[in-house]
Amino acid sequence: MPQVTLTVNGQTHTAEVEGRTLLVELLRETLRLTGTHVGCDTSQCGACVVHINGESVKSCTTLAVMANGANVTTIEGLAKADGTLHAMQEAFREYHALQCGFCTPGMVMSAIDLVQKHPEGLTEQQIREGLEGNLCRCTGYHNIVKAIAAAAEVMHGKRSEIARAAE
Amino acid sequence: MNVVAPFEGIGASVRRKEDFRFLQGRGAYTDDFNRQGQLYAWIVRSPHAHARIKGVDTSAASRMPGVVAVFTGADMAKDNVGGLPCGWQIHNKDGSPMAEPPHPVLALDKVRHVGDPVAVAIAATRQQARDAAEAVGVDYEVLPAAVSMDAALKAGAPQVHDGAPGNLCYDWHIGDKAVVDAAFASAAKVVKLDLVNNRLIPNAMEPRAALGEFDPTTGDYTLHTTSQNPHVIRLLMGANVLHIPESKLRVVAPDVGGGFGSKIYHYAEEAIVTWSAGKLARPVKWTADRTESFMSDAHGRDHVSHTELALDADGKFLGLRVSTLANMGAYLSTFAPCVPTYLYATLLAGVYTTPVIYCEVKAVFTNTVPVDAYRGAGRPEATFLLERLMDVAAQETGIDRVELRRRNFIPTDAFPYQTPVALQYDSGNYHATLDQALKASDWAGFEARRAEAAKRGKLRGIGISTYLEACGIAPSAVVGSLGARAGLYEVGTIRVHPTGSVTVLTGAHSHGQGHETTFCQLVADKLGVPVAQVDIVHGDTAKVPFGMGTYGSRSLAVGGSAMMKAMDKIIAKGKRIAAHLMEADVDDIEFERGIFRVAGTDKTKALVDISVAAYVPHNYPIEELEPGLEETAFYDPKNFTYPGGCHIAEVEICPETGKVSMVNFTAVDDVGRVINPMIVEGQVQGGIAQGIGQALLETCVYDADGQLLSGSMMDYTMPRADDLAPVSVATHTTLCTHNPLGVKGCGEVGAIGSPPAVINAVVDALRDYGVRTLDMPATPSKIWGIINGGRRMAAE
Repeated sequence: MPQVTLTVNGQTHTAEVEGRTLLVELLRETLRLTGTHVGCDTSQCGACVVHINGESVKSCTTLAVMANGANVTTIEGLAKADGTLHAMQEAFREYHALQCGFCTPGMVMSAIDLVQKHPEGLTEQQIREGLEGNLCRCTGYHNIVKAIAAAAEVMHGKRSEIARAAE
Repeated sequence: MNVVAPFEGIGASVRRKEDFRFLQGRGAYTDDFNRQGQLYAWIVRSPHAHARIKGVDTSAASRMPGVVAVFTGADMAKDNVGGLPCGWQIHNKDGSPMAEPPHPVLALDKVRHVGDPVAVAIAATRQQARDAAEAVGVDYEVLPAAVSMDAALKAGAPQVHDGAPGNLCYDWHIGDKAVVDAAFASAAKVVKLDLVNNRLIPNAMEPRAALGEFDPTTGDYTLHTTSQNPHVIRLLMGANVLHIPESKLRVVAPDVGGGFGSKIYHYAEEAIVTWSAGKLARPVKWTADRTESFMSDAHGRDHVSHTELALDADGKFLGLRVSTLANMGAYLSTFAPCVPTYLYATLLAGVYTTPVIYCEVKAVFTNTVPVDAYRGAGRPEATFLLERLMDVAAQETGIDRVELRRRNFIPTDAFPYQTPVALQYDSGNYHATLDQALKASDWAGFEARRAEAAKRGKLRGIGISTYLEACGIAPSAVVGSLGARAGLYEVGTIRVHPTGSVTVLTGAHSHGQGHETTFCQLVADKLGVPVAQVDIVHGDTAKVPFGMGTYGSRSLAVGGSAMMKAMDKIIAKGKRIAAHLMEADVDDIEFERGIFRVAGTDKTKALVDISVAAYVPHNYPIEELEPGLEETAFYDPKNFTYPGGCHIAEVEICPETGKVSMVNFTAVDDVGRVINPMIVEGQVQGGIAQGIGQALLETCVYDADGQLLSGSMMDYTMPRADDLAPVSVATHTTLCTHNPLGVKGCGEVGAIGSPPAVINAVVDALRDYGVRTLDMPATPSKIWGIINGGRRMAAE
């Protein structure tokens, strides 16, 4: 069986996998990083999005062997060691951008990449279009869009902390 | 420095406690649990809509790598495993009970829909189980299938069940037909409308999963499952299917990734993994892939209705006559029979004073996935029917659509209001929610927006829906008399610990609703304990005494009321302890937000003083009072609750592509008292998204052979962020009069009120094209056809 060595959230792992093993299976079943979810089998829902070398990727459509040598970040690797949440996590909480939490890991990982790719800022429409690859059945996206806009301001240094949501 | 604690009680938008774990990937969903020695199950499912099973050959599969067992329906039958039970019995017009054919866990002689489970392969890894399942040989004799309700009801149609002649599950009615016919005979105007309420596939983002365990030492079974109501699953599976006493069966519904109704029901896979775990004495886990979800999760809606409204010369409603066909699918899912009857026909008065109503419903078996409650369940179907009928009636009488509604509203001073279809509404103010929504949506300024859009080449339309629903289900005796085989109370335990922190045990289950925050706020408000010191325990039959679970927007109205009742008991006991400690008469003790006070004095004891005394009863009225500070209450609601309100949708249509774009959506809902406004708005926003999904995007499609064409997320159009627009959500409160919180429920209103508002807006946008009505979803191809075919191609 092929062997893969990859770094996940700063830790290096080596594992034997089948050729057909998906990255998400390696993460969930072998490394027991169950924060990354599987919501579909057609690469539509985005619950499985992780970062590979800083780019958002659907880990359900990536073979584990393709991640050999890669640097992978999952939802578990976002918060600082002292428990401080990433600005995107903080914004999701402040703006009530999650309900059941199942799509949330992929949604957050996609949103971070989306914001990082647009240092010039994002319009509401750009955020909506940027979420094409992520499905949420609970929120209707209304608060997700707001949270991403608020997080973008912090990630791009325009604000020092997440703006409070309107009461 | 004096730090004033932020207000966390009723009415505060407290940020959610559960978010910390969900945002860091620390949620614990069923598939996240793994056990030592765990095996994986893969289900062999029928590829045919209808076929006789001539044989199942498991020999090749059994020899494959890692395979531990392959079981069939015959294996389960040998163990006397029962069929999946139905929780509600409806009676026919003639008083006879509905047809209730058996629903085997694994198919025995026949398969009845694509996806019907036939066998299970169990192996060391998921992949090995899957490979083995593919190697199971099933010899099918394919039979003709009854796929649509029309086809199923035709003479000579293929029979889904031998025990249901003509594929009829029941032929039920409500109301006095003769009285209603008389009202029609005297009417100045009769408006008729045929409607389809399109079949939906719920698609909670977490696929269903189940993990069965058996402890040979104790004989105890444990099932982790993606359920909205673990105690109900324990009862149904234990008593009816596997014959395991409750004391030997623990059911855990951990974090659950959305439900929307689809995770209420007892499903075959739960019984399969629990039974297999017992047979093999090893943990067995099954997790659906999304393709399986499409063909095995209960679907929703699927009604075809003919409806007639009688009006007098002033546009006052004289009577309503409705005939509905409701699809049950191939088997009766747990609550299926009550959806098109007591959750639908009883809602046909809506917010209107229609004096007489008659509705007949034929429930039909077809070779499709079972249909059951999906967010709103019956009420969206009733609302769509009524609110489409309102607009058609307005058009055909020439009365303004808002004025026609107003003219027939139940007056604000008419509550309690007895409808002709059994329900008695306790409170509401339909004029107020309408006024507020008209203002918030700038209804009056719409024609200018339409004209502006026209200059850009767009067709703009506005639509309204004034709706009501019944939830907070339900009074046990009432539903019992209507055929429910369970009570629908809820259970709450308040455990005040010695040092004053509180654990709440509730039979309600959170799968996105934010119970871990909202319920804490009840405790903060009533007992004065900070939210951070309150923990909510739910979803585990080994921890929570009992419960009926979460559906029908009942968690707060019924579950929250149980907690309030338990807290009343805590306070009553606390007063007796406080009276002892402060040497006062118990009748002189007052309690407010954590402080017991001797009335008119400055003598006080905090809740923590009382809890310490209760658990360390050195100075304690031990002769008359037991130690400890924990109380349980069962709360059985006195009535349904009746949220309602007004939804207004504004759309633009691109005539070149037929695409309908949402441009504005305004909702003003009366959900009773609001505990956490942030969470309520989130619930309504999510419900509206599902309603817009039904109106514009989603529909389940079978071909004539019963193959599920909309069988993946590439084929079934789930709403995405760029399909939707911001929504304006507000509340207008009248209190529920019969529960201690005054709450009505907010989980389903969005999905109930919105679809007719959207379709009414689409029809309004197409007013120059002669469109009288159109069926959901209003897809680009349908709209393009109407625009390009003009009147000729218009629906009807």
